[in-house]
Amino acid sequence: MTKNIMIVGVGGQGSLLASKLLGHLLLQEGYDVKVSEVHGMSQRGGSVVTYVRFGEKVYSPIIDKGEADVIVSFEKLEAARYVEYLKKDGRIVVNTQEIDPMPVIIGAASYPEDLIGKMESLGITVDAMDCVSLANEAGSSKAVNIVLMGRLSRYFDIPEEKWIQAIKDCIPEKFLEMNLKAFALGRAEN
Amino acid sequence: MKQLMLGNKAFARGLYEAGCSLVSSYPGTPSTEVTEEAAKYDEIYCEWAPNEKVAMEVAFGASLAGKRSFCGMKHVGLNVAADPLYTASYTGVNGGMIICVADDAGMHSSQNEQDSRHHAIASKVPMLEPSDSAEALDFAKKAYEMSEEFDTPVIIKMCTRVAHSQSVVETSERVVPPAIPYEKNIGKYVMMPGNAIRRHPIVEERTRKLTEYAENCPFNRVEMGDTRIGIITHSTSYQYAKEVYGDSASILKLGMTNPLPVKMIKDFASKVDRLVVIEELDPIIENHCRQLGLEVEGKNVLPLLGEFSQNLIASKLGEAVPEYKSLDETLPNRPPVMCAGCPHRGMFYTLSKNKCTVLGDIGCYTLGAVPPLSAIEMTLCMGASIGAAHGFNKVLGKESEGKTVAVIGDSTFMHSGMTGLANVAYNQSNSTIIILDNSITGMTGHQQNPTTGYNIKGDPAGKIHLENLCRSMGFNRIAIVDPYDLAQCDRVLKEELAAEEPSVIISRRPCALLKYVKHNPPLKVDEDKCVGCKSCMRIGCPAISIKNKKAVIDNTLCVGCGVCQQMCRFDALQN
Repeated sequence: MTKNIMIVGVGGQGSLLASKLLGHLLLQEGYDVKVSEVHGMSQRGGSVVTYVRFGEKVYSPIIDKGEADVIVSFEKLEAARYVEYLKKDGRIVVNTQEIDPMPVIIGAASYPEDLIGKMESLGITVDAMDCVSLANEAGSSKAVNIVLMGRLSRYFDIPEEKWIQAIKDCIPEKFLEMNLKAFALGRAEN
Repeated sequence: MKQLMLGNKAFARGLYEAGCSLVSSYPGTPSTEVTEEAAKYDEIYCEWAPNEKVAMEVAFGASLAGKRSFCGMKHVGLNVAADPLYTASYTGVNGGMIICVADDAGMHSSQNEQDSRHHAIASKVPMLEPSDSAEALDFAKKAYEMSEEFDTPVIIKMCTRVAHSQSVVETSERVVPPAIPYEKNIGKYVMMPGNAIRRHPIVEERTRKLTEYAENCPFNRVEMGDTRIGIITHSTSYQYAKEVYGDSASILKLGMTNPLPVKMIKDFASKVDRLVVIEELDPIIENHCRQLGLEVEGKNVLPLLGEFSQNLIASKLGEAVPEYKSLDETLPNRPPVMCAGCPHRGMFYTLSKNKCTVLGDIGCYTLGAVPPLSAIEMTLCMGASIGAAHGFNKVLGKESEGKTVAVIGDSTFMHSGMTGLANVAYNQSNSTIIILDNSITGMTGHQQNPTTGYNIKGDPAGKIHLENLCRSMGFNRIAIVDPYDLAQCDRVLKEELAAEEPSVIISRRPCALLKYVKHNPPLKVDEDKCVGCKSCMRIGCPAISIKNKKAVIDNTLCVGCGVCQQMCRFDALQN
């Protein structure tokens, strides 16, 4: 059975490293894997989506509505934007950071309130956490992606040491310690 | 060893393994990484050409010399390169020649969603379409053999979902085929009428042979399953069809979509109860089936526009789709925006403030059309801004000359703006041309170009000076401004619009995302001075927002460019 992870966020937030890490890990675990991303114009501060699919044999590179087992979101509004892609019993892992989109900045719209409450009221399991604080605690606000991966790791039956090895394989030596700390903080946070 | 590889990178790996000697391309999403990845192999000479036409001519020259060559471009780039393509079909090749064209159904990063298969049909050049990374690698290798066997360039068509998806590939070693000597052959390579007229029947005969080849080639295959439905498909649509049906349908997968097989399709159709063609964009395979007299479904149920997906195919063909939950709320969009510190912002603010009619071009700066700047009023194709401004001013004269400008980036100017500018210089319209020189090809992810002084590998290279070029075309009025300086931009713009002759303004500052660009510390808001007037919001910087009636600066985004400071009359934004 193919498993589907969607990584969503705002262009420039670092979702490419997260998908690289997942792809590497899942291939090591012996799965067929497809990772699909969009480059170009939408990367300029727009809403960005990466699809990660794995299983015995994966055909489509994309995830469609009602198919995602987990949505990992770098930003709260983006989690809400893709909620229709979640499976009926799917789970959302979300960084509680709010980044105003341009319509909000120019006053044409307002940032919606209580998005997490609204998603939960649909019966969706939402695992929300302040990843920016945890990333800063690890040593850099740029480690939000690895904090989220730490959190995600709780929901897959893959041993922690395999995740740690994948981080070691994908991240340069000089940033390793900080990212391993970020992973541990994301995984441990209650 | 199994590796997860981006489709474009796998394509580049295929070029490498097949012994490709030369790559010349112009960047364009979603094709760019094929060339960027090829440039990582020292064995392949790689370059960014000024445009796709030049790139294809360079690749043709290398093929003529007997080496395997490649040029890559996006779908609209093939329009630019159509001229050499249609006649290279007549001359054929010497060393194998592959052309990559990457289509963008859904227009993730394009100005149209044309279907490049039409070019293959019209130019009578064979086209292959991989459906994942492994096929991209494999097809690239086999395409060289095919190119040399049939004496033709071969087009490999990628699409966004194949180009920008990673899937599993297995690599092998590079094998360079024996060199093919160059031999003078005027009848084959000089396409003047007397020779071309003798080449055309050779092209038609080649198409006949390729059609025979298509009946039993390594690119087309039948996967028989349940015969109640038979699907003919290609490219990424194959993956969606397999996702929906698995083995519960029979599938004819076409990896070669020009020319299309005849017997293979008729034979497949005869074995299934219901025949459906699943293809994005235009009904090309479907129309071929109709020409063969087959009863077929396709665009009667599936859309002519945009990308497909597994759910779309399932729902249109009457299969079940998963249920999902929806929020009962309209969420604000998050359109792409100019980055914090983008040098284009200051110029677009100035143009907007002066109520200019701005005819735009293709690049990051096309975002000058979105609120709150909303400055650009036209974008057509690469280089069009200058020609359009000339035509606009020629017919409206004084009515438009004092307020109309063309804006074009440095790379786009080199691509096809130069000829437009030559027309302004030659036919003398009183036009104001603004070259937005951010010293890089931005939107496609920072590729060098002839104005940057560096080549594809980042080594020093020739550098074309824009002001010298404009001067040599005969422009007397050439002004250079710093787009971070709003007062200077405003003064120079007014002067050049008022001038009674054509002029060029070069708005010069490197892209804020370039690694060598030094940034200032983020600005701070003095809350005592900020009156919440929102003047700073008029430049549309993503680093500024208003919270509790005071400006707030996002420290993670602000690069201290200082443009917002110039908007503030209360000195509330401080270093």
